[in-house]
Amino acid sequence: MSTINDTRPAEALRDGDLGAEQERADVKPLGGIAGWLDDRTGGAKPTSHFLKKVFPDHWSFMLGEIAMYSMIICLLTGVFLTFWYVPSMTQVVYDGSYVPLQGITVSDAYRSTLNISFDIRGGLLIRQIHHWGALIFVVSVFVHMTRVFFTGAFRKPREINWVLGTLLSMLACIEGFAGYSLPDDLLSGTGIRAMNGFVQSIPVVGSYVSYFIFGGAFPGEAIIPRLYSVHVLLLPAVLVGVFTAHILFVVIHKHTQFPGPGRTNNNVVGYPLMPVYMAKAGGFFFIVFGIIALVSAVVSINPIWGYGPYDPSPITAGSQPDWYMGFADGALRLLPGFLEFQTFGFTWSMNIFPGSILLLPLMWGIIGVYPFVESWVTGDKREHHLLDRPRNAPTRAGIGVAGITAYTVLLFASGNDLMAIKLQLSINDLTQLFRLLFFVGPVIAFWLTKRICLSLQRADRQKVLHGRETGTIWRYPDGRFEEIHAPLSPFERWALVQHESPEPLRISAEADENGVASPLARVERVRAKLSHFYFSDRVAPPTPSELEAAHHHGDEVDESHLLTGQHEAIDTSETSDSSSTPRETIKADRKRLT
Amino acid sequence: MSDIDTTRPESGSELAHHQEQSLDRFENPGLPPHIHRAADDDPAAGKRAEKQVATLFGLSMLATLVFMVAYFAIPDESTFYLPGVGLSKTQNVVLGLSMGFALFFIGIGAVHWAKTLMSDEEIVEERHPQRSDDRSRAAAVATVLDGGANAQLGRRPLILYSLTGALGLFALPFVLQIAGSLGPVNAPEELKENIWDLKNNDGKPIRLMRDPEMTPIKLSDVTNGSVFHVMPETLQKNIDENHGVLEAKAKAAVILIRLEPDLIKVQKQKDWGVDGVVAYSKICTHVGCAVGLYEQTTHHLLCPCHQSTFDLPDDCNVIFGPAKRPLPQLKITVDDAGYLVAPQGFMEPVGPSFWERSR
Ligand code: HEM
Ligand code: FES
Repeated sequence: MSTINDTRPAEALRDGDLGAEQERADVKPLGGIAGWLDDRTGGAKPTSHFLKKVFPDHWSFMLGEIAMYSMIICLLTGVFLTFWYVPSMTQVVYDGSYVPLQGITVSDAYRSTLNISFDIRGGLLIRQIHHWGALIFVVSVFVHMTRVFFTGAFRKPREINWVLGTLLSMLACIEGFAGYSLPDDLLSGTGIRAMNGFVQSIPVVGSYVSYFIFGGAFPGEAIIPRLYSVHVLLLPAVLVGVFTAHILFVVIHKHTQFPGPGRTNNNVVGYPLMPVYMAKAGGFFFIVFGIIALVSAVVSINPIWGYGPYDPSPITAGSQPDWYMGFADGALRLLPGFLEFQTFGFTWSMNIFPGSILLLPLMWGIIGVYPFVESWVTGDKREHHLLDRPRNAPTRAGIGVAGITAYTVLLFASGNDLMAIKLQLSINDLTQLFRLLFFVGPVIAFWLTKRICLSLQRADRQKVLHGRETGTIWRYPDGRFEEIHAPLSPFERWALVQHESPEPLRISAEADENGVASPLARVERVRAKLSHFYFSDRVAPPTPSELEAAHHHGDEVDESHLLTGQHEAIDTSETSDSSSTPRETIKADRKRLT
Repeated sequence: MSDIDTTRPESGSELAHHQEQSLDRFENPGLPPHIHRAADDDPAAGKRAEKQVATLFGLSMLATLVFMVAYFAIPDESTFYLPGVGLSKTQNVVLGLSMGFALFFIGIGAVHWAKTLMSDEEIVEERHPQRSDDRSRAAAVATVLDGGANAQLGRRPLILYSLTGALGLFALPFVLQIAGSLGPVNAPEELKENIWDLKNNDGKPIRLMRDPEMTPIKLSDVTNGSVFHVMPETLQKNIDENHGVLEAKAKAAVILIRLEPDLIKVQKQKDWGVDGVVAYSKICTHVGCAVGLYEQTTHHLLCPCHQSTFDLPDDCNVIFGPAKRPLPQLKITVDDAGYLVAPQGFMEPVGPSFWERSR
């Protein structure tokens, strides 16, 4: 194995030949500037170390980059918008160049947004880039999150970064909502109105909180200026701070990598920051920015002049928030009205509160604690730097898809009116269907995903043991047809055989006897059950001796080393729980209780 | 396998894994041999790649130039028909496309450069366990403990307690300032107020006015099936003073509809209307959107926000959706001049629920 590390080690790159480098330190003008800086900072060593840092390559690692770049794009364009946007709800008469609204009383915020769109040259473009950037920011954060989830990149030592990421995704949604409200148009004003309803639904303190937020009765004149300082100062500062910590952790931990030949849990294989990643990542920033600008050039977004200024009385059909708030809107549509009730004359709005104020912390809370739950259930306290292929963690994949399914049902529910019109269905039926799907969908999705993962694992086994299909059909003298399978090279094979496939944890007999009453034993029993849930269905990775056996089998058929793989499903592949030996014994030690 | 998984720093846990390191596992074959690209060996291919990269950067410069010219050349009001998109603002499209391509070509050029000309040999960097060694850990703890001892924290508890108290309390003024100044504290009472209340009109009945024209409505104007969006006459005062208009509207919006009197199912509903003309609050009892959609055939009022559906002939009870309570009815009659008036305000708070609503 040592050969891996000897081939192209980064440390050797770093040590370098001092004599040769000494000459290069005098190169003009870089050497001079670098020398000046190093005299004052001592930064030469960390800098060169950093520039030689190795990053592994995979398309899915670019998702986080897209999120980072679109955030930067929002920061840049946002500063541009602040030069003309006026965060004020003072009512004024519109006198700008958009004819249909001339003479109408609007808020200063709305007027200034119209001015950015019609009277500031290029202003509309910047507004559209800002809004498209925001949408792509939130999408890429979510997709990045699913990548991290399904590959198990959140495992030790990266749990803190998972929590920071969870926080970032929540802040991104709130930041988006705050920004969306700023133009003070009819659509976003209706969103704020709904937000006021959510806040009022909080038991006991709702009325007061609403008055605090709005500085009095809804809508008041305070909400836009307050949302403005939240949107351009408070949240961007927190976002940038948390994001910086997030990236710092990536540097500290070094990036994870997918399993492959030469890649181990103890190394990182990839390209150095300088120059390859510098060019690729830097170039990618321009690509993301370029594509967002191209989209903003042709696809109009949030044309607020068409909605009109906010007024509590009129309304537009098909009122919907930006997509990332859709799931909460959907939850509100599904919660039945009978959940509101009164006790002692006080009103409990359980048709609103859980779907709005409670939903956000609940959803992100569940996401945030997942790594800790999984590591407790699996008892796995090791560091993991090699990613799981999603199929090799079927239960985790199932849980992830179940969660996404629940989220998607809520998201679709927020479009039930549009769907009813488009599909000519009754909105009542659709809503009932969504209510049902919210509970049934995740269960089906879990089961289906897990089955698919296990089948994929079995297919991997087949491929390792019987080779890859070549598409060539052989006809034997006895008239039989068979497809020729080519054996995998060790390099091709490695990614398919290197994973672990843990067996469920068991409670030891000792705990059963002594520990029945002890809470610890009970907790451990829950844990054993969960472990069973995670690992009882498993496909063991193929071993060399199995490959050997498969070879022999092939030899008998046709003397050649071409393997045949159509019959004989390897029945040892699925290890039933009852027959396997317990991998791990949990000791419910009563001494620890006292 | 065993070679690879040797880093298992944390083994102190009682649940440490002793996964049977079965010897029957495949060995990591190591990095596959590096395959050279065309430009690595062939100078002509390298030259070609260089030209391609330079062309991409050149295209970017060209796009920037287009942007500069378009910025001055295209008038603000010019529009054109963009196939597949519709009528578009010329300036926005041209500026956006040129800016987009200027950025895009820089990106593509850099990535192409990296892929064709920069070394694609993979480098291996070692990882080390995340945790520090035991001595460093112990030293860190010791430093903190020694520091505490040096400050005599343990020996002089008075300082510890008083410091904790001071640090705990000093945040209060900030909290108090924010909480005390953000908004008024008479929320529950104010939420129940409404400018339909006769006290806003010296106890006299309040006329129903068209929104937004603010003109009074004659009973005869309300033909069968017609829908009026209504505000109280008292709103005029807010409009004249340019004060609290939206706040008042947010609770005062009313919808006025004439139904066939036979359709009306509830006696109170009939009594509070005139010849089948009835007035209801337009503010949804769910979270407060305006219930603006009236279906003529079914006589349903629909809220576009979350589709709560109110059955008008049945006193606006909820027949579908997440709202619980019916829309409150406003009692109306006709005054001496023949205009519709409200002889009393709403008898319950309008709009979304809140904790103290029915107290
Ligand atoms: C980083 C995440 C950010 C997100 C997700 C975001 C999102 C949004 C959204 C969705 C809008 C509505 C735009 C519209 O359709 O008109 C908006 C408006 C606005 N944003 Fe941001 N924004 C972000 C950062 C910033 C920053 C850092 C600033 C200022 C330094 C800023 C300044 C503004 C201003 C002034 C407006 C109102 C102007 C207008 O509506 O045209 N934003 N933001
Ligand atoms: S606000 Fe009317 S249904 Fe939600």
